Amino acid sequence: MKLSQKMKVNCIASLLLTGVSASASAVDLEFYFPVAVGGAAADTIQALTDEYVAANDGVNIDAVYAGSYGDTVTKALTASRGGKPPQLSVILSVDMFTLIDEEVIMPFDSLVKTDDDKAWLESFYPAFMENSQTGGKTYGIPFQRSTPVLYWNKEAFAEAGLDPDTPPATWEETIEMGKKLVKKDADGNVSRWGVRIPSSGFPYWLFQGLTTQNDVILANSDGNETYFDDPKVAEALQYLVDLSMKHEVMAPGIIEWGATPKAFFEGQTAMMWTSTGNLTNVRKNAPFDFGVGLLPGNKRRGAPTGGGNFFIFADSTDEQKAAAFDFVKWISQPAQSAKWTIATGYVAPRADTWETDEMKAYTADFAPALVARDQLEFAVAELSTYENQRVTGIFNDALAAAITGTKSVEEALAEAQKNAEAILKDYR
Amino acid sequence: MSTAYKSNWSFDSILNSLAMWLLAFLWALPLLYAIWTAFHPAAYETRFVWNAPLTLQNFKEAWAAAPFARYFFNTVLLVTMILVCQFILCTLAAFAFARFNFPGRGILFTLVLLQLLVMPDILIVENYKTIRALDLVDTIVAIGLPYIASGFGIFLLRQTFMSIPKELDEAARVEGTSFLGLLWKVYIPLAKPTYLAYGLVSVSHHWNNFLWPLIITNSVETRPVTVGLSIFSAIDAGLEWSVINAATLMTSGPLLIAFLLFQRQFVQSFMRAGIK
Amino acid sequence: MIHRREWVYGWLFLSPALLFLFTFTHYPAASTIISSFFSTPKGRRPAKFIGLENYQTLIQDEVFWKVLGNNFWFALGTIPISVGLALLMALWVNSHLKGTTLSRIAFFAPTVLPLIAVANIWLFFYTPGFGLIDQFRSGLFGLPAINLLGNPDTALAAVIVVAIWKEAGFFMIFYLAALQSIPPVLREAADVEGASSFYYLRKILLPLLMPTTLFVSVNAVINSFRLVDHIFVMTDGGPDNASSLLLFYIYETAFKYWQTGYAATLTVVMLILLSILAIGQFFLFDRKIHYQ
Repeated sequence: MKLSQKMKVNCIASLLLTGVSASASAVDLEFYFPVAVGGAAADTIQALTDEYVAANDGVNIDAVYAGSYGDTVTKALTASRGGKPPQLSVILSVDMFTLIDEEVIMPFDSLVKTDDDKAWLESFYPAFMENSQTGGKTYGIPFQRSTPVLYWNKEAFAEAGLDPDTPPATWEETIEMGKKLVKKDADGNVSRWGVRIPSSGFPYWLFQGLTTQNDVILANSDGNETYFDDPKVAEALQYLVDLSMKHEVMAPGIIEWGATPKAFFEGQTAMMWTSTGNLTNVRKNAPFDFGVGLLPGNKRRGAPTGGGNFFIFADSTDEQKAAAFDFVKWISQPAQSAKWTIATGYVAPRADTWETDEMKAYTADFAPALVARDQLEFAVAELSTYENQRVTGIFNDALAAAITGTKSVEEALAEAQKNAEAILKDYR
Repeated sequence: MSTAYKSNWSFDSILNSLAMWLLAFLWALPLLYAIWTAFHPAAYETRFVWNAPLTLQNFKEAWAAAPFARYFFNTVLLVTMILVCQFILCTLAAFAFARFNFPGRGILFTLVLLQLLVMPDILIVENYKTIRALDLVDTIVAIGLPYIASGFGIFLLRQTFMSIPKELDEAARVEGTSFLGLLWKVYIPLAKPTYLAYGLVSVSHHWNNFLWPLIITNSVETRPVTVGLSIFSAIDAGLEWSVINAATLMTSGPLLIAFLLFQRQFVQSFMRAGIK
Repeated sequence: MIHRREWVYGWLFLSPALLFLFTFTHYPAASTIISSFFSTPKGRRPAKFIGLENYQTLIQDEVFWKVLGNNFWFALGTIPISVGLALLMALWVNSHLKGTTLSRIAFFAPTVLPLIAVANIWLFFYTPGFGLIDQFRSGLFGLPAINLLGNPDTALAAVIVVAIWKEAGFFMIFYLAALQSIPPVLREAADVEGASSFYYLRKILLPLLMPTTLFVSVNAVINSFRLVDHIFVMTDGGPDNASSLLLFYIYETAFKYWQTGYAATLTVVMLILLSILAIGQFFLFDRKIHYQ
């Protein structure tokens, strides 16, 4: 009797001690995040993280602002090589293959066990998942994603005799309407162009809009093969080149991405293609009535996706992985996702977020925010392969060469395909 | 000692004056434009209207958008650390070259001069590996390390030290001063103009350095002002020049003001340092 | 006894500087050459010896040759013009013309501004349509908008202009210091002899300024390899590498594409070029220097 009493006491004592030590040994997470849009994005992330930590005893999250997307992936890789990786990070979705190649991230599949979790995984828009899955596994969870959209100057449309509420819906209409929108000044120089599709820095992104609209994709989902010299790609590129060279509805040469919203505000272009992330900027600064719509289609409607995913790093303890997973699930819940979307202009990656009261109020007040979501139906993965920077760089150079007329469309694309092949064949 | 000798050119003075003013205006244009946009709202970035409203909003926005206070702190820390270390190392080395006779002196001096050519800026790849091996990546110390032994500094100081008359040396030695004492009491005070000139060049160069700090830092706690500015202006949402220029003025402001206050000394110290 | 003491002291005083110089200049220079014979390490796969393979890749790399050509034009564009302008500025500022103080400030100001910061300003100047240059062109001459940065034929020139603007003022200071140390008696003698200003400039002043010109030119050569900050903001090397320079390409290769083996190879090329140029310059000027 005494023995069992003693045992009981021991049991309770040890249980209590374990209980105490369990909450005393909190799980520490380091979380890198980039900021690629102006505004209070960093503050919002910090606030969300603090909210989670306050509600979850036993978990500490150190949210580290890592700079741009480029900085963040560099920092994460450097830290991993130095043996001190973060536990989770938001990184450009297209860096997935690099992260896999460097063996630093792990798929979410081993963490997704319950039915609820599985339902959660299925709840993201497929367009965003395309850059997040490969080889049948899910490596990234969409967080700050975007697509490009068409903005147009309603006043300019009215002035040109076009219906201000009807943007072009096809490639042909872009040319027709563009020609009417071109305005020349007293010296005969163009003072307003019809359309502006920026091509500096990373022309491939907006160009993917054109290729998708022409029903062709640029790379496979395994990230080890590209199709740059496909005739449909050439068609799309020829269309882009012709906009300035043949139809003269767009300015010639490489068009600066950063100056595009300003050019729009200054009336230098009647239409522009740029990220939905610019919505707040345009809303604040456009001195005229403007519209936001889907990118015009050709064989079909289409657009690339963009932005960053959550990735969980492999070199962590099981508790850390579980905690990180829980945080990712929490921050993707409609309540948090709505806050993030409204603060930054990114597209909420799950359908149920759009149904929350906050989002409904926001979109009732500002309907253009829905355009990017509506475009997801037609959106495809952003160009992403192994050695992504090099391959994308090669493709960007080819596009620039064709746009400036240094090389013909066929020549530029053939060369790009050849160079990309040389790099990617090692990965098959 | 004549200081401001102005030569008596007999060209057409008016033509030359105009040409000089035009070039000076062109040269100042970028800075003038930055000042214009920083103090006016975004709508006036491209419109140069006399009575446009002035505003400090751009500065407020720029300050809030990135942790510039921290960046400033990092930069000041970095530049000071580099300067102090450079003074110490280069003074000792220059003194050694100027005053002592030891085997290998010639070869070593040539090796030092090599650094004028093969600057750390060029060896970014290898230096990054070295810093990584020392586990110093992403620290302020790491930004400064490749620069603290400066070939230019050693060269300048050696020249200055060599021009100090040996009699002063002997006078001090007779009194029994050690080499360090000699350095401290005689050589360094006499080389003040060189130190000033070199200091100004060093501070300016390292305040404005971009590529190496970009590579070696990746967090707010270590980033200097130049890297901070470049990240800040590379966002997806399009450029707001008024805010970027406000940030630019903030980051170059201290240096510019220092220059405006000390520009006469700057030029004179170069003269006296005997850089010919 | 004294000799040995000097010996010891000499090395002692020199060693701190030597340590850092060795670690961050000489060792990396040597190590770069060695690294160029190895492949790039990846993930868990270490670098392996591949002999001259990197150099073969280099020779076949079109982008490398383009970038090298760009650097050549960049050097040709920046060196003579910035040195020449610096001399002109110094002559002007040193004269009795009105407004020399303001001019001197204007000429020198670019030196204290970070290149990465002013690049944004120049970006605006070059923006087609509402950029300053185009506003000037269309306002005064009614010319159409021109896309200087987005055109492969003009992008490099645009980048060169920014570099000249940045460094001319710095070189001016050296010329100014040199001019102010030339005794006025030389000028007076020339006047007495009835020599024209031009003659004075060519036959007396320039030879006297040779040491400064040498110093400034070597700096300009080094700068022509170093000044790449503005490319990050203005063109990112584009369009199609039309404005990319060697150091920028090295940065992209090593830190964007993570190909450290190939980057080492590119660095070796740069080292060789710099050495040839600097030594060549030194010998060229050495023959022409006239010391007072």
